[in-house]
Amino acid sequence: MCLAVPGKVESIHDDHGTRMGRVNFGGVVKDVCLAYLPDIAVGDYTIVHVGFAISKIDEASARETLRTFEELGILEEGLAELRDAP
Amino acid sequence: MKHLAEYRDPETARRLAAEIGRIVTRPWAIMEVCGGQTHSIIRNGIDQLLPDEPGRRVEMIHGPGCPVCVTPLETIDKALAIAARPEVIFCSFGDMLRVPGSKENLFQVKGGGGDVRVVYSPLDAVKLAQRCPEREVVFLAIGFETTAPANAMAVKLAKEQGLTNFTMLVSHVLVPPAIEAIMRSPGHRVNAFLAAGHVCSVMGTWQYPPLAARFGVPIVVTGFEPLDLLEGIRRAVVQLEEGRAEVENAYSRVVSERGNEAAQRVIAEVFAPTDRAWRGIGTIPASGWRLSDAYRAFDAEQRFGVAGITAIESPLCKSGAVLQGTLKPDQCPAFGKECTPRTPLGATMVSSEGACAAYYNFRHG
Amino acid sequence: MADFAHFSCPTSLRDYPHVILGHGGGGALSRDLIEGVFLPAFSNPLLDRLGDSTVLDMAGDLAGGGRLALSTDSYVVRPLFFPGGSIGELAVNGTVNDLAMSGAIPKVLTCGFILEEGLPIADLARVVERMAAAARKAGVRIVTGDTKVVERGHGDGVYINTSGLGVVPPEVMVGREPPRPGDAVLCSGTIGDHGMAIMSVREGLEFDAPIESDSAPLHGLVAAMLAACRDIRMLRDPTRGGVATSLNEMAAVGNVGIEIDEHAVPVNPHVAAACEILGLDPLLVANEGKLLAIVPAAAADRVLAALRAHEHGRQAVMLGRVVAEHPRLVVMKTRVGGTRVLPMPIGEQLPRIC
Repeated sequence: MCLAVPGKVESIHDDHGTRMGRVNFGGVVKDVCLAYLPDIAVGDYTIVHVGFAISKIDEASARETLRTFEELGILEEGLAELRDAP
Repeated sequence: MKHLAEYRDPETARRLAAEIGRIVTRPWAIMEVCGGQTHSIIRNGIDQLLPDEPGRRVEMIHGPGCPVCVTPLETIDKALAIAARPEVIFCSFGDMLRVPGSKENLFQVKGGGGDVRVVYSPLDAVKLAQRCPEREVVFLAIGFETTAPANAMAVKLAKEQGLTNFTMLVSHVLVPPAIEAIMRSPGHRVNAFLAAGHVCSVMGTWQYPPLAARFGVPIVVTGFEPLDLLEGIRRAVVQLEEGRAEVENAYSRVVSERGNEAAQRVIAEVFAPTDRAWRGIGTIPASGWRLSDAYRAFDAEQRFGVAGITAIESPLCKSGAVLQGTLKPDQCPAFGKECTPRTPLGATMVSSEGACAAYYNFRHG
Repeated sequence: MADFAHFSCPTSLRDYPHVILGHGGGGALSRDLIEGVFLPAFSNPLLDRLGDSTVLDMAGDLAGGGRLALSTDSYVVRPLFFPGGSIGELAVNGTVNDLAMSGAIPKVLTCGFILEEGLPIADLARVVERMAAAARKAGVRIVTGDTKVVERGHGDGVYINTSGLGVVPPEVMVGREPPRPGDAVLCSGTIGDHGMAIMSVREGLEFDAPIESDSAPLHGLVAAMLAACRDIRMLRDPTRGGVATSLNEMAAVGNVGIEIDEHAVPVNPHVAAACEILGLDPLLVANEGKLLAIVPAAAADRVLAALRAHEHGRQAVMLGRVVAEHPRLVVMKTRVGGTRVLPMPIGEQLPRIC
């Protein structure tokens, strides 16, 4: 359940009272309903499921997550060094 | 694609898998609840990367988080009855077209002349109703909490626009009651859960601490890309090895503790809780959503008088036990014989990420 | 656009801007279609005789051990026109490519039309024009044909059947030896372009740069490959069902296992993005201008060079190898180092939400 894909909001417009946006997914642009993200702005990234944006992607959290992966690499190298030390 | 490619890095995947291998000291079974997670695990071969030695292993049990798999047989039969009617344009997500009902599936109804159409979004069905006022447009509104905001908005817009030819056949299912049912079923083997990341982006994580506490299981909110899944598994294993049972959010870039409150408000307006029969599992109280009284006029069951349809599951089909993790697909007597992807008895063989189909494809090709 | 000035009976096609049942009846209206639409586009000395059948002189082609190759295919596509092509190009290139997979040089095509009552003649003329252009580009002539009309509501506008005749030169034999472990599995370029070009029209996806169908005639490409390596084991063009289906067919027919590396699979970034949104796997999406080849290991580099030197093979890659393990199964090493079996898909791949 829940195929949702990240895309970047390129523009926002109103369709008969419903907030809609044009969202760019790696070069593919689709109209997406933004009604559930009243604070989303052009340039933000969002997760889109069946034509609806359901969450804004928090860039700081994303960076943090990737940083912990990097630290895992440093940890692993450190452990390898310990293992291989005479 | 940004926010996707970074979570597919092979070197980081290798390191995460190695780290899991380093810390595991016992056999653990982790259930991923969401069908999308199952799909990603199989498609990326992630289960192949997990430790698998006698006494030190991490086994993934594929859970009932696939609305295709758990949509009740009755709902499929009701859908088929409605779709066969000449005045109806029946709209559905593609996933549902091959799910077998008691006698046939939507694809076959389409072949027999029914106007069955695959849509990408429920809004496409509403647009169709606007464009074809002389036809009855029916949308099959299934899914977990992730899809509920979209389905709710569709019927809300239909009401606001005063459409009289749009209805929905609703069969939403909810994750927390499913986790509870699994933990209460005798013989279950689940030590920890990966909670469904996109369900939680809508509903938040606040529903899970009571479950973690009551059943003593770690619950890690997890995403869908390879690194997200491996990280979710890693955190679950850390907790298991340390004897903890807490809720952790490993998908924080998308999930917050409160979730999407705008979506939750519209869901509360459009839907109401109901008991729901889960295919292969049975009825779980308050585990589903139906249309609320304010939206009864948009209920396809009432419009087309199909509420009375009931169905009996194939006695051969053991998908319930498979979904609960108490039976492996190849332990089912019908596996590979009466039941194959081409001739599925139950939804776990129909859905490409159903556990039975996944097993079959892996072994037989 | 059909030039109505060529008509012998100038009133009729102007009176009927849409196809009617009479156009399939064999009488004057049929004649008008032939003379007003088909002949101006396809004209060649063989076709222009308009006999019930066309007699071919193949003696020169068959001298010295040349063999005939024969193929037929029917074309059903909606929408009729899409970025990068139309049903017209598909109808020519599809059959040309079936012949090319045997190492044949395509010579002539037949073409049968089933037209839906109500189809605008202008649309038919556009399709026919595209077919003629594709035929010229492929170096084939359309030498006989047929037209029938079905009632409105049956027929998706146009269905086309083309049968093709080609000649396999005496020195060519694809599959002289069966595939064996160690052989290389090659792919001539990016996958999923055609299917996603169609899907994107159907799903209303827009692109910075549109995805175009890759429909193209491949016999020249095959000839270049054969010049580099006489012992090509197998050739397949992965149309419906995509690369995964063709690889499974090759594994089954050759009774061998195949292993491919996901990192090697070439996918245009827009095709990849469109697949992500709709939940589709590019390996299961149709292609119309690509081929898969199994070649001896020692010849892989030479054949890849020949592919890449050709306009239709610029992005050719080696996908993987034939292996002794798991006969008849295709296994993929995934982008994160896991493994998965690539099964033969059952039926059409549909967009999913789950």
